[in-house]
Amino acid sequence: MGYRSAKLIKHNLTVLSAWIFALLFFFPIFWMVLTSFKTELQAISVPPLFIFEPTLENFTLVQERSDYMSYALNSIITSFGATILALIIAIPSAYSMAFFPGRFTKDILLWMLSTKMLPAVGVLMPIYIMADAAGLLDSRTVLVIIFAFMNLPIIMWLLFSYFKEIPKEILEAGRMDGCNTWDELKHIVLPLSWGGITSAGLLSIVLAWNEAFWSINLTAADAGTLTALVASYSSPEGLFWAKLSAVSTLACAPIIVFGWFTQKQLVQGLTFGAVK
Amino acid sequence: MTKTQLIKSLQAPSIILLFLWMIVPLSMTIYFSFMRYNLMYPEREGPAGFSNYEFFLTDPALPDAVINSLILVGSVISISVVLGLLIAILIQKTFRGRGIARVMLISPFFIMPTVNALLWKNMFMNPVYGIFAFISTTFGLPVIDWLSDLPLFSVILMLSWQWTPFAILIFMTSLQSMDQDQVEAAEIEGAGFWAKFRYLTLPHLSRSIAVVIMIQAIFHLSVFAEIFVTTAGGPGYDSTNTTFLIFSQALMQFDAGVASAGGVFAIIIANIVAFFLIKSVAKGMAV
Repeated sequence: MGYRSAKLIKHNLTVLSAWIFALLFFFPIFWMVLTSFKTELQAISVPPLFIFEPTLENFTLVQERSDYMSYALNSIITSFGATILALIIAIPSAYSMAFFPGRFTKDILLWMLSTKMLPAVGVLMPIYIMADAAGLLDSRTVLVIIFAFMNLPIIMWLLFSYFKEIPKEILEAGRMDGCNTWDELKHIVLPLSWGGITSAGLLSIVLAWNEAFWSINLTAADAGTLTALVASYSSPEGLFWAKLSAVSTLACAPIIVFGWFTQKQLVQGLTFGAVK
Repeated sequence: MTKTQLIKSLQAPSIILLFLWMIVPLSMTIYFSFMRYNLMYPEREGPAGFSNYEFFLTDPALPDAVINSLILVGSVISISVVLGLLIAILIQKTFRGRGIARVMLISPFFIMPTVNALLWKNMFMNPVYGIFAFISTTFGLPVIDWLSDLPLFSVILMLSWQWTPFAILIFMTSLQSMDQDQVEAAEIEGAGFWAKFRYLTLPHLSRSIAVVIMIQAIFHLSVFAEIFVTTAGGPGYDSTNTTFLIFSQALMQFDAGVASAGGVFAIIIANIVAFFLIKSVAKGMAV
């Protein structure tokens, strides 16, 4: 066997195994979507059914039992709202830390990340009591605030590392031309790190969208997000897999599609700007 | 105030807000942990000394829960890093449909933890109707009731399915920036796959690996939804981690005092882990 054909075989094997992994990883999602179009009986059939006559019945039933749009709206408002709030707080801070670092900047950043180590379950009680006292239980406001704080440390890290990559000389040149701090931020820093800011925002939206602990424990009917909606279907009564699949598909579809479209940006965000 | 001081003051909002976000609940948790305080019996309120801690720390399930937590964090991180590296390297080759394969590979990362758990519990691990059971019977193998026979492993499997894509995502991008000239030079020198992997790829990825380990540790230390929805910590305490123990032993009983003592304990554990991680891993992240 020649060198060339050996190389070709190796290449084909690599591609084949890549596809096998891709199919394995995607199969559960595919199966969930497929099941959502089955009847309850088809959903639990042995052997599993691949070909069947699809029905929209589950989606209709889910919509009848609970208003999907209101949960979806809560998810959108809380995840986007929290992300915007966190960005507003984080951008000036990260800018200041990146360009005017002090002796403790590194320690402060590590401390910020360590606040994420506080297990939610450890502070649920006080937060619950405070939210109750402020009349904010089951409100979108409380989720926006909590999600914003939850994501603030990660956003700070991301922005800091992006801002760090902007050469100082550009800022100095701007200052020579008479830029004040605000101009500098608006006309130099923000445009140059726009990709980084969007990716930090995207990651924060994904994390807030999928957050389950706080939304399940602090909300009920009014501010319930899609995670809470899904959890409400998890009760053990009977086998409602098709309906459960339908509600899960509905809950995950927006963020998956969002993720597909933004994966390039997202990757930048996830790596703390480590990948240049 | 000079201009520099002015700019430095921009740091204040985030630091102050995060500090409040940390210190207010933390001090309330510490305070409650020394109080007798059950939401069901508010009239029995009063100082409790160390009795909440005694109650929580002498819980016979505690050692199991701590060990389970560590096994969980350790296994999911190992699996996702190893598998993530392998798949990221495979997907580095250009081939037709690579974009689609890539999207398929990272999709599980966007799935909600509750959905992830329900999906695996019902459609894969169910001993009667599940796909795993179907595969086992097809090949004449004994059917495994995953959630009761291998509860902790089942949870690890679900988490790995969700977080390996995260690792792939990061390694994939990092690999794109690898110096291809160097790789070619190594190939000309006769370097095989392992040599290239050991001396080029791995050093190049060290920072991304650090990031993956760090972020996953933060998330997996407080895994809750996956356990809550699937095994409920059981059977017995086989899949109870620290977070879930606090939930089941205290919150379910509305005992804010014991829950808070458990919370303080969880915070201490998390910080010990964080300390070692930051010491060993965060260096690679180079602030």
